[in-house]
Amino acid sequence: MAKVTIDGIEVEVPNGASVLQACEAAGKEIPRFCYHERLSVAGNCRMCLVEVEKAPKPIASCAYPVADGMKVFTDTPVVRNARRGVMEFLLINHPLDCPICDQGGECDLQDQAVSYGKDGSRYREEKRSVKDKYVGPLIKTIMNRCIHCTRCIRFSAEVAGTPEMGATNRGESMEVGTYIEKALTSELSGNLIDLCPVGALTSRPYAFVSRPWELRKTDSVDVLDATGAAIRVDVRGGEVLRILPRNNDDVNEEWLGDRSRFAFDGLKRKRLDRPWVRRDGKLAPASWAEAFGAIVQGVRGKTIGAIAGDTVEVESLFALKAMLAAMGSTNLDCRQDGAKIDTSRPDYYLFNSGIAGIDKADAIVVIGSNPRVEAPVINARIRKRWALGGLRVGMIGPEVDLTYPTTRLGAGPGEIARAAEFLSGAKNPMILLGRGALARVDGAAVLAAAWDLAKASGALREDWHGFNVLHQFGGQVGALDLGFVPGQGGLDMAAMLAGGVEALWLLGADGFDAARIPADTFVVYQGHHGEAAAARADVILPGAAYTEKDGTWVNTEGRVQRGRMAVTPPGEAREDWRVIRAASQFLGVTLPFDTLDALRAEMTAAHPVFGRIDQGPLPGCTDDASPAGGVLGGASFELPIQNYWQVDPITRASATMAECASVYLNPQPLLAAE
Amino acid sequence: MALSDKDRIFTNLYGTQPWNLAAARMRGDWDGTAAIMAKGRDWVVEEMKQSGLRGRGGAGFPTGLKWSFMPKERPADGRPVYLVVNSDESEPGTCKDRDILRHDPHKLIEGCLIAGMAMGATAGYIYYRGEYFNEGNILQAAIDEAYDAGLLGKNAAGSGYDFDLYSHRGAGAYICGEETALIESLEGKKGMPRLKPPFPAAVGLYGCPTTVNNVETIAVVPTILRRGAGWFAGIGRPKNSGTKIFCLQGHVNKPCNVEAEMSIPLRELIDRYAGGVRGGWDNLLAVIPGGSSTPMIPKSVCDDVLMDFDALREHKTGLGTAGVIVMDKSTDLIKAIQRLSAFYKHESCGQCTPCREGMGWVNRVMMRMVEGRAEIDEIDVLEQVTRQIEGHTICALADGGVWPVQGLIRHFRPMMEERIAAYKAAHFPMAAE
Repeated sequence: MAKVTIDGIEVEVPNGASVLQACEAAGKEIPRFCYHERLSVAGNCRMCLVEVEKAPKPIASCAYPVADGMKVFTDTPVVRNARRGVMEFLLINHPLDCPICDQGGECDLQDQAVSYGKDGSRYREEKRSVKDKYVGPLIKTIMNRCIHCTRCIRFSAEVAGTPEMGATNRGESMEVGTYIEKALTSELSGNLIDLCPVGALTSRPYAFVSRPWELRKTDSVDVLDATGAAIRVDVRGGEVLRILPRNNDDVNEEWLGDRSRFAFDGLKRKRLDRPWVRRDGKLAPASWAEAFGAIVQGVRGKTIGAIAGDTVEVESLFALKAMLAAMGSTNLDCRQDGAKIDTSRPDYYLFNSGIAGIDKADAIVVIGSNPRVEAPVINARIRKRWALGGLRVGMIGPEVDLTYPTTRLGAGPGEIARAAEFLSGAKNPMILLGRGALARVDGAAVLAAAWDLAKASGALREDWHGFNVLHQFGGQVGALDLGFVPGQGGLDMAAMLAGGVEALWLLGADGFDAARIPADTFVVYQGHHGEAAAARADVILPGAAYTEKDGTWVNTEGRVQRGRMAVTPPGEAREDWRVIRAASQFLGVTLPFDTLDALRAEMTAAHPVFGRIDQGPLPGCTDDASPAGGVLGGASFELPIQNYWQVDPITRASATMAECASVYLNPQPLLAAE
Repeated sequence: MALSDKDRIFTNLYGTQPWNLAAARMRGDWDGTAAIMAKGRDWVVEEMKQSGLRGRGGAGFPTGLKWSFMPKERPADGRPVYLVVNSDESEPGTCKDRDILRHDPHKLIEGCLIAGMAMGATAGYIYYRGEYFNEGNILQAAIDEAYDAGLLGKNAAGSGYDFDLYSHRGAGAYICGEETALIESLEGKKGMPRLKPPFPAAVGLYGCPTTVNNVETIAVVPTILRRGAGWFAGIGRPKNSGTKIFCLQGHVNKPCNVEAEMSIPLRELIDRYAGGVRGGWDNLLAVIPGGSSTPMIPKSVCDDVLMDFDALREHKTGLGTAGVIVMDKSTDLIKAIQRLSAFYKHESCGQCTPCREGMGWVNRVMMRMVEGRAEIDEIDVLEQVTRQIEGHTICALADGGVWPVQGLIRHFRPMMEERIAAYKAAHFPMAAE
């Protein structure tokens, strides 16, 4: 530890800390543009200059290491003049178009100009103008506003691992861009918008939509992948206008995948905003009472089953499970992809090392997964670990670019056992098993083989659990934790679709081919988007999407997180647990809870795991008994998600995501210069 | 008292003899190199400290001290240690290293070997300026000769020390003469100065301990060690000792490069070696004494100033690279300085805000000052802007870029005011009344 005096305040900071960190420890705010905690230090904006005793010149506090006994001054005439000077230089070529700038109100340059700016300009010359650049359908560039902090360049190269941004030319002519005009290929590109301290990189879908002070902000969690990233939903007038990441060091740090950030416009399209009932073979609008009446008629006396979707919160699942139990049915399934998941123990299907645990791993074998597409934020975490050195990554499955070097160990499940050689010698080996690798005929055998690999390579220890399953959506683990799988004598999804039930309740289940439902099955579809499953339904109950309800979701590492209602569901749509509660009354099996709190109390009593809010996975593995296996097949692994941008009803309804898919999946050849 | 020929180090500065190894040996190069190296690195570093040699690249940092910053032991993790020779000589008004490269490359190569040994370096890189194409060819040929003669490589010069030397051609960017930008460029990246600390002696080329020295600094090392530190220290004033190559140009009768003793009076330097100022000493207007980055001094200072680091510093300028730019009364000083600020604007790497934005500002105001199309108080604004740039950046390019302007304002402000008044009188005659 080093003792440093900041403006007379003595603080102790670790050796190697920067002067800026010491100043923050002393409660002194240091203005900065280029410095960012999660990026390398560039030290080029020169805004954070401070004076250090005995130093001839002011120093850049972000880059200068502390020394014991150092005396730092953050508010001297030299410092103030230096910062004012830098601010003046930043503003001379800045267009000062704040009134039409989307960054207005949350702009670092604007904020700091209040403290360090002059009231007029002494610059009488012409301003520099820079051509705007196309960097894809998500980011709008106004390069005149760029202050060359290089955060975007460093993020692309360091965090995203797609070094596509850079600076061309020199001095005043320096331009930030992609050199050859192209859409950024990173799934994390939206973070550039957050990182850009000015309005040079702004959100294209959000352009000219709103001002930050008009927005109501609701903290929630993302469910469009299984990372469970912390998000903030910004709302105005009952409409979600944007989604931003929040800081959560254990999960998403402060990053968010593009799908999770930009798909929200899908929340406004193709919505089910009123109940529908099939009459004479055609779906017709109906009242809630009519819909429930139709359900009573269609379901009474029949065998019933339920299939849950991938992004449903556990409260609704609990209510549905309880209702079916009251009706004497244990025909439940939440595995629309048919993944052979063993729910007998949670650590058979969880990301047991934890996302933060990646930081400790020194060898990883990825099996049948492309984490870059399935969970880009987790992939960035692996990349961050790789960048520190001493991590090797092996892959079994199709060859994909994960943004860091990987060793391909094979294509099919036959190579899993042999990967032990690759992991040998590692202190904290990690197996990363994609959920897609379990959604095959031999899924159970793959699961057992991967577990045995973990066991053989010493990944299952009391102080380290290196077996990890990477799920794809935010509702999948919660449903498994809740036991939304066939109970005693219950049918699984395949059996239900093979005619095992006479009535089927689909709760947000859009992830399978609706044509598989037998023609004589009575189908209730409860959900928020009208897709194939809703079109097949006999009764449609409009539900709420993830931004429209208070709910509990569990991410791939088993972290139980609460999402909050940011807007009300559209039209007559209601929160799903309320709909089920009402239906249970009509069906004569009234559920014993009238409020969300009562439901949660009952749910937590039945499943104590849901009481562990915001806690990471339990450390270590105390029992390395293998899951029930089977015979491994010979087929190569296939990746479950080919199209990152369109995976679920919300993203499929999103125009932004559709544009992304068309840009990235069908790249247009560059036209030759004419 | 002029420097006598026997005290000159660069005896082939004018290329009157061949540059090759045989001729270099006749001039005394590579004589007893192994014996010098056998005295050990501590002796060499101590001898360099005693000689008082200060870096010839412009900053004038004591060379022996710089070498002593290098780790005493090879890094435990097996990383190599590098010597990098900066011959990206791009400072306007400076062309001394060029003559060393093309006429006396073996002095440099021998210096690299000895300096490399003194800092425990495993290899040396000579980064030469892109425009020095022919000079680079000669340098490479000289390196090849040295390898063939066993003077480099394994057991270099029979000393038992292994040392490899490479030449690397730059691409002509001024900023790559800044030591950390040079390292970046050598690594194949865009030449942008690095933040210090860490200093190159700790983390330099490819993350290894590195010392970057100027060509002239390294080239004088063998002769100093052969003739003794006392000889070198005895020339010039204390703390400013030794001989130095001066580049005399501009409005002098015989522009030339000349090796002279440090602390020689500027007037004697110009009169003795460059044939005097064009039109006589009284026709002198100003001199930029140390390459374009140093502020100019008016004739009144030139009359008796000594050419060394400390004497020039007293007059708020510097010895820099000793590129002496002489300007007589026919010179449009404002235009001359504007041309320099255009150069620095063009060569700024664009990393730091004050330099990137400020250099363009300064240049644009200077362009108006040339015409006089400005207000008197804009001279103050210009001065303040240069102060806002100075000392607020990662490297010293910005400092060197604004000093000429500061020098102009310091000594010739009335000239600028006259220019503005003349412009006003010509364009707005009514306003003058």
